[in-house]
Amino acid sequence: MDSISIVAMASIITAGICMAIGSLGPGLGQGRAVQGALSSIAQQPDERNSLTRTLFVGLAMIESIAIYCFVISMILIFANPFWTYVIKKAGG
Amino acid sequence: MEVVAIHQISPDQVILFTWGFVTVNATLVYTWLIMAFLVAGSYLVTGQLSTDRQVSRWQNVLEVIVSGIRSEIGDMVKEGADSYLVFIGTVFLFILASNLFTFIPGYVAPTSSLTTTAALAIMVFFAVPLYGITKQGILGYLKEYFQPNFIFFPFHVMGEFSRTLALAVRLFGNLMSHEKVVAILLAVTPLLFPVVMQVLGLLIGLIQAYIFAILAMVYIASATQSHEETGHETNRNHK
Repeated sequence: MDSISIVAMASIITAGICMAIGSLGPGLGQGRAVQGALSSIAQQPDERNSLTRTLFVGLAMIESIAIYCFVISMILIFANPFWTYVIKKAGG
Repeated sequence: MEVVAIHQISPDQVILFTWGFVTVNATLVYTWLIMAFLVAGSYLVTGQLSTDRQVSRWQNVLEVIVSGIRSEIGDMVKEGADSYLVFIGTVFLFILASNLFTFIPGYVAPTSSLTTTAALAIMVFFAVPLYGITKQGILGYLKEYFQPNFIFFPFHVMGEFSRTLALAVRLFGNLMSHEKVVAILLAVTPLLFPVVMQVLGLLIGLIQAYIFAILAMVYIASATQSHEETGHETNRNHK
């Protein structure tokens, strides 16, 4: 296998694995956060506003982990530095 | 109409023209359009403000927006919401406007480029010590870095940088991912389904603008209000 196909294959497979594993943890974490917030709202409906605001901030924090993984896989697919390097090498 | 091709990751790569060393790309042009819209809109409305019983409908709109943002800030800080309103409100309205205009064909949100979001995050990065020093003084602000003891100083500094990075990448990632998902769905199922995704995109844009403003406010509030003070505050509430 020449280096172009190795780089292409590694990039695509790594992007997929990155997204798969990287969305697993934040998914579980967001589920737990929403569960906790919902049961708190059910217990104390008066505190709904501050609970919702804290929930959104927390969800954004958790979600940013998945967003990092997404950005990494987007870079691997659309703006891969190794891919441009290999293409330039092969081009001469 | 496709402005950003599917293999391009940000509107920075769409270069409209170069003039000497100045390169004008799609991000810049759409940022200018948003700025012109916001400035012209608020200039036209605030030109004829009145305190009569009968106010114009656009003044009503602005009052609803501004008092909404102010009450949201007022829930998070005890006093002086107006001093934060200038910065937080401007950032919120800019992000909101640039996110919500995505339903216009041919428009690309400037917030789907990492350069815009990085600029916004760096503004928050500098606003935190500015507000902190004006409220607490230099010594009081620097003391926060050594809480609970001096070992935590490097972690506080690292936290400042990593949360700025997270602020920038979160907004960029959400907007860019939504754009890519719509572009891919347009190729797979061209009828009706992309419209549903566009509606979802409006919701995402609104929530991301809200989250950006709230997080900026949380960071600024954590720098301006010392922990002892807030602790007493919660204790009193419990009693």
